[in-house]
Amino acid sequence: MFKYVNQPIEKIDGLALVTGEEKYTDDFSFNNMLYVSVLHSGFAYAKIIDLDDSEARKMHGVVEILSYKNVNQILYTSAGQGFPEPSPYDTLLFGKTMRFVGDNVCAVAAESKEIADEALKKIKVTYKKLKPILNLKKSEGSPIIIHKDDGAFPMIPVFYDAKKNIASKVEANVGDFDSAFKKSSRKIEFDFYCSYGAHCAIEPHASVSYLDVRGRLVIISTTQVPFHVRRIVSHVAEIPISKIRVIKPRLGGGFGGKQEILLEPIVALMTWRTKRPAKLVYSRREVFKSTRCRHEYKTKLEVGYEADGTINALHLDALENAGGYGSHALTVLANAGSKTLPLLNKIENLRFTGMGVYTNLPVGGAYRGYGATESYPAYAQAIDMVCEDCGLDIVEYYKKWCIKSGETSAIFQALGEGKEGVAMTIGSTSLVECLDEGAKLSDWYTKRKLYGPNSYFNKGKRLKRGIGMAAMMQGSAIPEIDMASAYIKMNDDGSFNLNVGATDLGTGSDTVLAQIASEVLDTPVESFIVYSSDTDFTPFDTGAYASSTTYLSGQAVRKCAVEIKKQILKVGAEMLSLSIDEVELNGSRVTAKENIKEEVSFAEICQYSLYQKNQFQIQATASHISPKSPPPFAAHFVEIEVDTFTGIIKVLNYTATVDCGTPINPITAEGQVEGAVVNGLSYALFENYYFSPHGKMLNDTFGKYGVYTAFDIPPIKVKLVKSYEETGPYGAKSISEININGALPGIANAFYNATGKRLHSSPFAPEYVMKILSEK
Amino acid sequence: MKLSFKINNKSKYLELFPNETLLNVLRQNDFTEVKCGCNEGECGSCTVLLDGKPVNSCQVLAMSVQEKEITTVKGIGTLYTPHLLQKSFVEAGADQCGFCSPGMVLASYSLLKENPKPTREEILTALDGNLCRCTGYVKIVDAVEITAQKLLTNNLEME
Repeated sequence: MFKYVNQPIEKIDGLALVTGEEKYTDDFSFNNMLYVSVLHSGFAYAKIIDLDDSEARKMHGVVEILSYKNVNQILYTSAGQGFPEPSPYDTLLFGKTMRFVGDNVCAVAAESKEIADEALKKIKVTYKKLKPILNLKKSEGSPIIIHKDDGAFPMIPVFYDAKKNIASKVEANVGDFDSAFKKSSRKIEFDFYCSYGAHCAIEPHASVSYLDVRGRLVIISTTQVPFHVRRIVSHVAEIPISKIRVIKPRLGGGFGGKQEILLEPIVALMTWRTKRPAKLVYSRREVFKSTRCRHEYKTKLEVGYEADGTINALHLDALENAGGYGSHALTVLANAGSKTLPLLNKIENLRFTGMGVYTNLPVGGAYRGYGATESYPAYAQAIDMVCEDCGLDIVEYYKKWCIKSGETSAIFQALGEGKEGVAMTIGSTSLVECLDEGAKLSDWYTKRKLYGPNSYFNKGKRLKRGIGMAAMMQGSAIPEIDMASAYIKMNDDGSFNLNVGATDLGTGSDTVLAQIASEVLDTPVESFIVYSSDTDFTPFDTGAYASSTTYLSGQAVRKCAVEIKKQILKVGAEMLSLSIDEVELNGSRVTAKENIKEEVSFAEICQYSLYQKNQFQIQATASHISPKSPPPFAAHFVEIEVDTFTGIIKVLNYTATVDCGTPINPITAEGQVEGAVVNGLSYALFENYYFSPHGKMLNDTFGKYGVYTAFDIPPIKVKLVKSYEETGPYGAKSISEININGALPGIANAFYNATGKRLHSSPFAPEYVMKILSEK
Repeated sequence: MKLSFKINNKSKYLELFPNETLLNVLRQNDFTEVKCGCNEGECGSCTVLLDGKPVNSCQVLAMSVQEKEITTVKGIGTLYTPHLLQKSFVEAGADQCGFCSPGMVLASYSLLKENPKPTREEILTALDGNLCRCTGYVKIVDAVEITAQKLLTNNLEME
């Protein structure tokens, strides 16, 4: 049994958060600080013929202006990934070509924000407008080329063809899809369109920089990836890595949106050139328009199967809109296949084909769910269709065909992140139990019998009810690529400093990591002073993405704490004149195994080791990479009511059963599920980008974009169904991403159950629902 | 222009321009516990109590609070003397990134002050103007319910 792990321990930063004490990036200000404003392109596709900033420079209070005229043209990717990045180097901080409405034209630093904003208006930019591509289906091979002769190139050996507007291409084959599909007695073809989506972290993107007393550049930023920021700022701003320190303070949510390196190089250059502190905070509209978003997707499924429900062949094709730049274009695409296709691993013939194309629309990036959100709507609806056609219950179907412990899928090896994947056998899974538990909690069997398009309950009624479900998997970290590390040292009073590169973006990972160290060292969470994400003071961590922190950084912390434990036992044994085998940890003490009264406290041990005999600092560091990416699993059940007069879909009940291995902190784990479910619901029913005919996003405010409020949420039941993942810390896997994937397919399947019609396009807004309902 | 008002029970005198919003004035004067999420009155992160009523401080002209009383989240309770409601937020797990928390706490405080026994529906309505992207609101609503329950069992008044 666990003492500190798997306990609902309060977040260590909780009280500081709810009393407003914690500091976020914009809460840091410095004497003599400059305020930065950025001019963004109003055109979807244009070349700058000339930029005249002379009038702006004459303004009182304007200190520096950055544009293509005085910033070296260094290609990079804003993706914020490890090195070498799997995203193409196709982006300039300030270039001459504008590739979407919101692209960077130039930036002004001034004595006040008002002066900086005023100066932007005085900058005369002469554009040559170009005909844009505003439709992802019209991009491939178009005579309009978005990255023409700009030197854009992939950093790793992957398919990349800018001349055809192809930012990424992925193909994987298992077995022989074509002949198996041909031979199948029954066939389904199904397509689904996923709209753009915005992260909507309530804290906008912000960066502040200054020079320290020795002339080093310090950047405080809203980032999920401080170490990648340091490396990429060094590359783009041409400042040595040794001269840069990146600090992540409290972060007001990320969801992938703060993995991108966008603001940091701008403030870095301003400070480096002027020797003055500089701050840039994006407005909400700038966050919507100019940062990154969920890629727009068109997916297509072909399924060949038999009357008993056996699927012989399945082909998933994905067309991804990368937008103006290829950030995450390759890896999100690969994940659209790798996070869905292994779920029903007994399908022998699988094909995945995917292509990411450039357009002159907003740039996609990392977003919670990362490809899986975009592919599950088609996948899980197709499975529902197979079951419907064969007269099978979908819950039983998943139970029979889903991947089990000890099993594998050839997809794991076939689809990696920018290179071949890693073969993997499933260790832990409680998906079957999740399915049973979810069916019970949602009253699945009763309601599935009661509803149905032709049921007494629904036939001829204005309000029709339905229940639908979907099963899902995701991953935990990127195997053999992501690395995390931790450092622990002991203090005189028996407390510990725990320094981690892992980046708590609001998830509670600081607390979760302290719980893991507590468990190893048998001492309360309060004994740990956790400090995360400062490139000068914490060891390396790839950052908070790919559902990696608990699983990967947690294991680094566990390994590090095990080292500390050895040192503590050694000193304790020496003090008790016993051998190391004769002592054990016992509630912040070392005691003799034979006689619990022979004891030394942690405080005495540390004082001894620091001051008395054979002195040394009890300290350790450890790193961890994972040979696999164990999937968390989930089953979501959604009950809805469709108003056939208005097209409004009301979610009546939402049930999420989740296998995240051991939930290190059940409260924060539940919070991850609820947050992801509501984000998924909001995306499924409301959220979309609406564009002008010229490619300008029109609904660039919270109100117009339509984020769910408290008033919109249905009753949500969450149940964590434990399993034990041997490769994770105390059996833990990830939980942060997977639960955003259930709303779209769950609602769509429930809609079919209510109306007998299939939904093919998100969001399921009333206009679209009415269109589907009116179709014969 | 000169502005005189009370904030968290202390008098404050400031010189400012007539067009400045209350949010900007507060943040520039170190009340950074008031957060800015949109500056357009849509997210509720900048909520403060103006004479006891919650308002989006980004939509209030600073000069209009002349001789009035402002309460920020630190006026309810601090790290050292947290309010029951703040403790309940932490207990319930309503504190993820914490960026919406100052506004959420104040909106909840104002509700409980007027209505110490709210229904779930009334809580959802009261929090409708405050956006949160982390929690899905579930645990925030729980926190308000836990507080109401504690008030009831301990026969306390909302202070």
